[in-house]
Amino acid sequence: MMSTSLAPRKLFDQNWKRIIFWGSICALSQVFICLVGLPAELDRRILIKSTLSLGYLFIIWVPLVFGYVVSKMVELEGIENPKPGPADLLSGAVTGLLGGLGLVILMLGIDNFDLRDPLLNWNPRLFRLLTFENGIGFGSMVWLLSGVGLGTLGAALHQMTSRIRKMIAYATFGLFILAVLEDVIDDLSEGLRLEWLSDMIYDKKGGVTVTSAIVIAVVLALIPMVTRGKIKEKVTQYRSNEEPGDQQRNSIILFALVAVVFLVLPWFLGGIVNELLANVGLFLLLALGLNIVVGLAGLLDLGYVAFFAVGGYTTAVFTSPNSPWFSPETHFGISLLAVVVMATLAGLLIGAPVIRMRGDYLAIVTLGFGEIIRLLFLSDWLKPYLGGSQGITNIPGIDLGPWEVRGADPRSVFYMVLAFCVLAIYVSWRLQGSRLGRAWMAIREDESVAEVMGINTVNSKLMAFVVGAVLASFSGAVLAAKVGSVFPKSFEILVSIIILVVVIVGGMGSITGVMVGSLVLIGILGGPRQPGLLQEFQNYKLLIYGALLVFMMLKRPEGLVPTARRTRELHQEEYLQDAWLGDDDSDQQEEAGERV
Amino acid sequence: MTETALLEFRAVNTHYGAVHILKDVDLAIYPGEMVCLLGGNASGKSTTLKTLLGMVTPTSGEVLLDGEVVNDKPTSYRVTNGVTMVPENRRLFKRLTVKENLELGAYLRDDKEGIEEDLENIYELFPRVKERLSQKSGTLSGGEQQMVAIGRALMSRPRVLLMDEPSMGLAPALVQQNFELIQQIHEEGVAIFMVEQNANMALSIADRGWVLQTGRVVLDDTAEALLSNPELRSSYLGES
Repeated sequence: MMSTSLAPRKLFDQNWKRIIFWGSICALSQVFICLVGLPAELDRRILIKSTLSLGYLFIIWVPLVFGYVVSKMVELEGIENPKPGPADLLSGAVTGLLGGLGLVILMLGIDNFDLRDPLLNWNPRLFRLLTFENGIGFGSMVWLLSGVGLGTLGAALHQMTSRIRKMIAYATFGLFILAVLEDVIDDLSEGLRLEWLSDMIYDKKGGVTVTSAIVIAVVLALIPMVTRGKIKEKVTQYRSNEEPGDQQRNSIILFALVAVVFLVLPWFLGGIVNELLANVGLFLLLALGLNIVVGLAGLLDLGYVAFFAVGGYTTAVFTSPNSPWFSPETHFGISLLAVVVMATLAGLLIGAPVIRMRGDYLAIVTLGFGEIIRLLFLSDWLKPYLGGSQGITNIPGIDLGPWEVRGADPRSVFYMVLAFCVLAIYVSWRLQGSRLGRAWMAIREDESVAEVMGINTVNSKLMAFVVGAVLASFSGAVLAAKVGSVFPKSFEILVSIIILVVVIVGGMGSITGVMVGSLVLIGILGGPRQPGLLQEFQNYKLLIYGALLVFMMLKRPEGLVPTARRTRELHQEEYLQDAWLGDDDSDQQEEAGERV
Repeated sequence: MTETALLEFRAVNTHYGAVHILKDVDLAIYPGEMVCLLGGNASGKSTTLKTLLGMVTPTSGEVLLDGEVVNDKPTSYRVTNGVTMVPENRRLFKRLTVKENLELGAYLRDDKEGIEEDLENIYELFPRVKERLSQKSGTLSGGEQQMVAIGRALMSRPRVLLMDEPSMGLAPALVQQNFELIQQIHEEGVAIFMVEQNANMALSIADRGWVLQTGRVVLDDTAEALLSNPELRSSYLGES
């Protein structure tokens, strides 16, 4: 395709307007990232020893990506498809240069004006970071040159053969993941008695050492050389050849394997990583519940945190001796029954009035109900019963005979959460193929016609609400036992939103997608109050969540691991186009007419 | 007639809020009949269908199914007892596959063998549908969508099929075939109640017909009589 196209353009035959436009956006993005404070804050996190910190990484990926984007746009421009050549490299380089220029202007600005009042990060710290403590001249040189370099590199990605591109991708992403996951790998190698391995890779003060970085990059780059796409071939072959029954069996085997890994893994991990996994589990449980409500039944519930809160508070009231009004101090198992009852009631109570609304209205009303529940827990009116803003403390752990689940032992919490997640996955999986699941699908597609089919839409939708509510309340119950206390402020609206983001980013309606989504988002970035693996992100979590959501909506609306159906839906235009190309429409209609 | 009507309206009135839609409407559909309901815009045709199916509850009067008053019975009850609708513009579940659409038609049934049998019958009736089973129904052509819509309705083993504007949105070439198809289904013993703009075509295959005007039945006669009714000819059949 590329080889049959025309000769490369002349070097200066450029669309300068476009390059300047994208170059300015590149500059603005870099300045924005600096002023938000990401580089300064994340500079502490070393990725490669004395070479690269996470903070710098946040600046340098920008010209790389913009260089790639600009040269790609040039390549695609017009009907003729000129061969990529030096002209594209130049466009990438100029874009990167403009980006570097943005940083130079920022440095000059910080040096000469004081804007610290509105802009918190307009400070000497950022200045020192940008100039490498060597003066503006040196800093400008570095940023302009690196801008040109990275922009050119980005543009060059188009001109490489796909194998080289793949090698570069493997090396950079692999190294990045290795550096980011330092804590986990450290922890794991300690558990497996392989300390020498992590000592070899990582420096004592954090970060991958330069030599091992180079070695690892080379090794990773060799992977695609050796396999040459054979793995992918195998996977597609494996996927296409299978009978539906086999496929189901395989997915069961896969799930069993994952389950075994998660059963064994915690014994080799330390407290911090287990704590992370427990948090991931709690949010996975929530996300699985919301996935039924939003993904299967298509009801956009923005007040989902209400059920989480009901689960937590019910457990608190039934098990804690400190509960101000009613403290039977029952066992967690008994209180769990109460949790199910209360969650069902809450689901029906909130569901019944809002269920007749559709689409946007439902979202707004559930949003309101979520807040109402939180404010009730906070209110003075219910203070004698639920403790108001002081919440309920001293919630005991879960006594399971030989061992006890409590917050101080994150491994036990993880197992507890895992048990609930397995239950939730099983329930979701069975529901998807059930009659009720089919009714939900029909309602999601067209509620009026679903009614015509004889589906009781009100009952089905209420069922979705209740199932979702019960799963969320389990999560709340475990959270209460884990943390040992419940406060209204743990159940803010932000929780609902973050769970929704997990479901959307993972892939709506897809169980595997939701699992991947919560592992990536909650595990790495962290939940609303729970720190993730990258604790340095704490202050920027919402910014990154938002950016990620926008990016996903634009580029991959079906989520990370979509269901086949969602992919079909969202790429319908391409799909339809294919159908049209393959089958002349007028022809098709005539044929249809004959057959009727 | 001594036979009990399959579906019947007795002095039915319906309201949307304060708006009076159907005014003292009397109708009766007998087993195995083909009848059609004519009327201009906003004359209450769709409301009639919705009331028959139980999606709109009459404010007064009685809806009878097999001689039993079913005013308070839900849609599912009527579907189980053989009343099914093919909605206007077909309204398939566009993002579901053809197979899933057909299966949803049998939502209220739990006899697996019977469902399989009916699926086979539908494949026989529409070989083209069988070819497209795993395709998303939104990608089908208009004619194919019509087949799936009718197939979906047949999956509930209806005794009476309510059809809302079956020829609307179809290419002119398909309209004739569509009516032939309806006749074919009718010959298998399913009563048809059809709301149709294409009065000429509808009356030519129907046994009887009613004409609704602003919520009132103004004409109620055999199809032949209606076809030759000068008043109707001028107002609905486009002849002066």
